[in-house]
Amino acid sequence: MIEFFTTTTLGQGLLIIGQILLIIVPLLVALAFLMLADRKIWAAVQLRKGPNVVGAFGLLQSFADFIKYIVKEIVYPAGADKVVFLLAPMISLVMALIAWAVIPFNDGWVLSDINVAILYVFAVSSLEVYGVIMGGWASNSKYPFLGSLRSAAQMISYEVSIGLIIIGIILSTGSMNFGDIVRAQDGDYGLFSWYWLPHFPMLILFFTSALAETNRPPFDLPEAESELVAGYQVEYSSTPFLLFMIGELVAVVLMCALVSLLFFGGWLSPIPGLPDGILWMVIKMLLAFFVFALIKAITPRYRYDQLMRVGWKVFLPMSLAWVVLVAFLAKFELFGGAYARWAIGG
Amino acid sequence: MEEMLREYLPILVFLAVAIAIGLVLILAAVVLAVRNPDPEKVSAYECGFNAFDDARMKFDVRFYLVSILFIIFDLEIAFLFPWAVGFKDVSMVGFWSMMVFLAVLTVGFAYEWKKGALEWE
Repeated sequence: MIEFFTTTTLGQGLLIIGQILLIIVPLLVALAFLMLADRKIWAAVQLRKGPNVVGAFGLLQSFADFIKYIVKEIVYPAGADKVVFLLAPMISLVMALIAWAVIPFNDGWVLSDINVAILYVFAVSSLEVYGVIMGGWASNSKYPFLGSLRSAAQMISYEVSIGLIIIGIILSTGSMNFGDIVRAQDGDYGLFSWYWLPHFPMLILFFTSALAETNRPPFDLPEAESELVAGYQVEYSSTPFLLFMIGELVAVVLMCALVSLLFFGGWLSPIPGLPDGILWMVIKMLLAFFVFALIKAITPRYRYDQLMRVGWKVFLPMSLAWVVLVAFLAKFELFGGAYARWAIGG
Repeated sequence: MEEMLREYLPILVFLAVAIAIGLVLILAAVVLAVRNPDPEKVSAYECGFNAFDDARMKFDVRFYLVSILFIIFDLEIAFLFPWAVGFKDVSMVGFWSMMVFLAVLTVGFAYEWKKGALEWE
């Protein structure tokens, strides 16, 4: 039986598809409840109850929404380019999903253990911009067009800082593989060995850039409902809209996974002596998502010129300076090699 | 080489599965939902009046400027990746030449800033 899955082509193919489903199905089911959690946290902050009708505590709300999306009519706006109009949400979803192919959930639990993993995630998440800009252009309507322009400019602005922050992490590790990055954070001091401590300023920058990159509040300017109605999604209905929404949320959860892998040691246990495992990874991702949801509830929206100013005039110089600083600290192995993990046998 | 390429095969399969999920969802709505378009329903969204113009119009030149700046900085990050991965083997010459490169880039950045390319009013 084992030979069938390791030697024959059909067996290997089935094994790969099985592994992929093992990633996608729990991810999408978790997404349904995360969407509810997002709304519940938002409601709790505003002293409301949130969704509470469908199922106990509203637990089945997302599934009811899902069925409703599927039976709704797809409206093609007059003058829309039908092919591009449907292609845009597809790109948004597909690009958000395939980044998960290289994310490890435990030591060795990764679908595709490539050595350029972080570069791959960086490249794929850059391509998500195309979904947004194509959606806005294809709708042939003014609000989506302006919304998509803003959205694209915002996403590419913050991608520059994310790239530089990632460079700092790679400098400390000497590898682009997520497994190596997490193993480099393994030390004798539990949670104080992780990268959040030596790279603390970059943790804050990365988290804020992740908010802007995924168009989450307080940087949700593309869909600022008071001025642009809903940004590039105005003309979308039914499942194409659902695809945009799933894609956006999958990207948010991906950012949670990146935060826990790059800064909080992935599957490593915070207390020395406790066993490492996938449970820690899930807990860290959920905590990161909780912070995402909380920020959505408690912060007012930024103005567009403020957003661009912060991106280009604060985040970019800071992350550039940090790369130079980390390079010096790693080259001369200062602070006991905390920035040069290969030197202390990480 | 063969071994290395094999690691990328799951990504291709993953891509196919993701596309299949998207197609199934779109087709589900096409099959299940009623389609009943009328001219008012499909007209472009506007605030209370009929759309009078094509929406694919001229837009602010600053968006071009942002994308050009993005290309410059993203290219620079692409240069940094291999240097960062091989950092422990990089000699002092390699280290200092990258510092000079970053210094030149910073001068360019300061020039852009001074010229007002980063201003949004």
